[in-house]
Amino acid sequence: MNFLSYLISGISLGSVYALIALGYTMVYGIAKMLNFAHGDVIMIGGFVVFTAISSSLTSPALAIICGIVVCTLLGVVIEKIAYKPLRNATPLAVLITAIGVSYLLQNIALLVFGSASKNFPDIFKNMPDWHVTEGLTVSGVTIITIVVTVIIMIGLTLFIQFTKPGTAMQAVSEDRGAAQLMGVSVNSTISLTFAIGSALAAVASVLLCSAYPLLNPYTGAMPGIKAFVAAVFGGIGSIPGAMIGGILLGVIENLSKAYISSQLSDAIVFAVLIIILSLKPTGILGKKISEKV
Amino acid sequence: MTAMKNLNNMNKATRKNMVTYGIVLAMFLFCVVYTTTGMASHLFRGLLVPICVNVILAISLNLTVGILGELSLGHAGFMCVGAFVGSVFSMVTEESITSVWVRFPLAFIVGGLSAAVIGLLVGIPVLRLRGDYLAIVTLAFGEIIKNIVNNLYLATDANGVHFAIGVEAYNNITFDAMTKKVYINGAMGITDTPNDSNYFVGFALIFITLVVILNLVHSRTGRAIMAIRDNRIAAESVGINITKYKLIAFVISAFFAGVAGVLYGHNLSSLVATKFDYNYSILILVFVVLGGIGSMRGSIIAAVILTALPELLRGLSDYRMLMYAIILIVMMLVNNNETLQMYTQKWFGAINVKKFFGVAGSKKKAKEGVS
Amino acid sequence: MKKSFMKKFAAVSMAVMMTVAMAGCGGGDQGESGGASEFVIGGIGPTTGAAATYGEAVKNGAELAVKEINEAGGINGVQVRFEWQDDEHDAEKSVNAYNTLKDKGMQMLMGTVTSGPCTAVVAKTAEDNMFQLTPSGSAVESIKGDHAFRVCFSDPNQGIASADYLAEKFAGKKVAAIYNSSDVYSSGIFEKFSAQAQEKGVEVVTAQAFTKDSAQDFTVQLQKVKESGADVVFLPIYYQEAALILTQADKMGLDVTWFGCDGLDGVIQQLGADASLAEGVMLLTPFVADAEDEKTQAFTAAYKAAYNDLVPTQFAADAYDAMYIIKAAAEKAGITPEMSVSDICEAMKTAMTQIEVAGVTGTMTWSADGEPTKTPNAMVIKDGTYTAVA
Repeated sequence: MNFLSYLISGISLGSVYALIALGYTMVYGIAKMLNFAHGDVIMIGGFVVFTAISSSLTSPALAIICGIVVCTLLGVVIEKIAYKPLRNATPLAVLITAIGVSYLLQNIALLVFGSASKNFPDIFKNMPDWHVTEGLTVSGVTIITIVVTVIIMIGLTLFIQFTKPGTAMQAVSEDRGAAQLMGVSVNSTISLTFAIGSALAAVASVLLCSAYPLLNPYTGAMPGIKAFVAAVFGGIGSIPGAMIGGILLGVIENLSKAYISSQLSDAIVFAVLIIILSLKPTGILGKKISEKV
Repeated sequence: MTAMKNLNNMNKATRKNMVTYGIVLAMFLFCVVYTTTGMASHLFRGLLVPICVNVILAISLNLTVGILGELSLGHAGFMCVGAFVGSVFSMVTEESITSVWVRFPLAFIVGGLSAAVIGLLVGIPVLRLRGDYLAIVTLAFGEIIKNIVNNLYLATDANGVHFAIGVEAYNNITFDAMTKKVYINGAMGITDTPNDSNYFVGFALIFITLVVILNLVHSRTGRAIMAIRDNRIAAESVGINITKYKLIAFVISAFFAGVAGVLYGHNLSSLVATKFDYNYSILILVFVVLGGIGSMRGSIIAAVILTALPELLRGLSDYRMLMYAIILIVMMLVNNNETLQMYTQKWFGAINVKKFFGVAGSKKKAKEGVS
Repeated sequence: MKKSFMKKFAAVSMAVMMTVAMAGCGGGDQGESGGASEFVIGGIGPTTGAAATYGEAVKNGAELAVKEINEAGGINGVQVRFEWQDDEHDAEKSVNAYNTLKDKGMQMLMGTVTSGPCTAVVAKTAEDNMFQLTPSGSAVESIKGDHAFRVCFSDPNQGIASADYLAEKFAGKKVAAIYNSSDVYSSGIFEKFSAQAQEKGVEVVTAQAFTKDSAQDFTVQLQKVKESGADVVFLPIYYQEAALILTQADKMGLDVTWFGCDGLDGVIQQLGADASLAEGVMLLTPFVADAEDEKTQAFTAAYKAAYNDLVPTQFAADAYDAMYIIKAAAEKAGITPEMSVSDICEAMKTAMTQIEVAGVTGTMTWSADGEPTKTPNAMVIKDGTYTAVA
């Protein structure tokens, strides 16, 4: 019984990681870069939604749309200014630039919104909790998060498999040079990838902040890193892998808090990660890397 | 003039190394003159040791990232081990080894070696993992070290050494109150390490690190390591023992990170584990990449600039870190974008940004050699 | 070949020199004293980074006090200049900030805000024999040396006081604790609390930790508390995490008495629309923003007016008091701006043990080791405000 409640709390935490990891893995899979600023785009999304709701001009639904629009634009702008000029540079250079963008977003938020944590309003207050049995409850936010994550996961997979821009993404991911030769616009495909990734960040921000209603300029950093870990866990670049990785990470984190040590849970999570990666070097659903001589 | 001729007779790699040593020497002499003439501000004096620490970290990480070609996000973890072990060593032996000339070098060796041992442990999964998977494992190791050290308690009393993980375990130990001496106090970490670090020691260590790593790079071992980086399968096929050479690079890199940790630990009176988080590891990686992957000279310059920059920007008060972020992004773009480089060449002429940092950017260039 | 080599070498060396020299600029105006016209008091704390909100509060509180002091004629008839530097809650940056302030002619230091950096800076102020008063550095080591004093309670002091209070008022009840094991403040209080609780016979049924890296989801810790059947939960943590804990506990239907330290002040504002969740939370604290006394009300009103309706936290109050404490001690010691840093320090540290200051965080006196003596008040949140426990 206790185990089940720990498991459920782990899944609800993990579903948030999974949702963020989807954005990470999507950008990585296609643009082949670790977008360390993803967590901070989430934070900005949170602030946009928060501001829109607290100005009481808009309904929550409109506020979320507002957040999605701003984040999408932000993602495209970041890509244009900071990542596009480095298309031919080493992936590490892009990684470092992404870190610079991450600092930049945090400090802009610090100047604009201040350092004090905001209390994010619970948008899903009216969503009923699911009482499984006596003393075992799944909260409404968790249910929504899981449903949204699954919908996005399926949606993304279908989009990439069956639409024209989706196939272009696959082509760019496979071989950028060849894709270009075949008439695929690499630049616009990667821009589209960032637009989608950032829109997902906005969705993630709403669910993250509703589940854990503390919003400040550093809110996105830690979930961002955890989601990165989750994405690698599941096999980076794999969309279902991100989902599995995220949920597993949350479950391991909460079970180790419950059964081993609440002080050392961070260490235990990472130790499990190392063990899994030692056994399965490309993550749970990762593709085997074929090496060319 | 003859010296100049000798320089020209040297081979290209040696000459590049001489330039690198020359830069460090020039920096050192500048510091000596500047501080002894009393022109230097307190801030400048205070910054010297942190700069030395970061330079050593950048050079040592460059061995892993630039020469071995593997991405590591856990360098601060090795530094953490070195800092804590070295500091505890100094505190324990403060009374038995009174001469700082003996104790301090020993602390470096002990701290460096313990970091190297941890490096060896981390090195084992390194053998199986590649690319971003390796990055995440090193990040994981760094976070594990941080988390454990954060909960570590180490104290002695008349009955011997007591060691605990977690507050409650610590409180369950019964101490002889008279002789109790706490070394590591959980989240509070270590307080009152002897403040032995100064920039003379710091520059001496930079020189040692450079000599070891540059010689390694230009040795048979170094060429083997670079062969693995450039083409693992080909390297294997000519009989290079991949496991051995990867481990060598990794362990040496960890050793010097530990040394930098010892230097750091003896500079301030407060040493806490939370300092050594992934953000610090990433910062060290920023030095390496900004300076040019594989370029030791670039790492040195980038570490100096990025350590001093936030302090130089203090006049901007609230906009300080914002400006820091913008400068970092612009430097990365200028350093790595070919069109922008053309402009900078036009504007600055001789000071070609890319050349300024030694060999920057692409792997293609890195293959030509390192400086 | 030769020419290009030399040129490159020269260019690189020049550039490096310039960078290094830039780091040293400001070297000219490193006068030890700020001149005869004013007292220069420095302040250090995080105004960027994850702890920025604490540094911000201290900076605001101190600036408000300095403004008031200057309007009322300054200290000993001399105006006060307050210089602030950011330390990002990092020991190394804190020492850099301290050195910067020294270059700006600082004579006394009001800082640093957080315990870890404070411990590093206090060693430097000891070397320079500079008077230091930290508003909120609560670790024992943070005021090492006879030149350093603090406004807030020390961590062990709070831990012991909390255990004593629980032993007295909640005798026979089961107590649980949730603390932040990666934080100096929280683990410092908890360490002494759990030792004292053992001594006083307080039954601590479970102690659950969290870290800075996993400070969002507390459901497991709360579940454990629920299983342990605790009646009282001790929260030696800050209000942000406490707000999350209260929200999540409410969802789980956990019905316990919450008990915390001065870090909990601010939880009502943090909960915002859900402030009702804080009903019944008890805390031992020297300051609450809506206390009845005239001094606190005047401070809260002035702070709100100055900073966009922001409610002052305990950090702001400590800093506000710190400035008035410096003023009181300086008047007692009769220091003048022409005196050297070391002379000021000598005079100030004697004066500190002789003064009694009635501030917004209580009436305080100091012992030579720098610890304040003041009484924490037990408060309970009732109808959205803090009320003294009868």
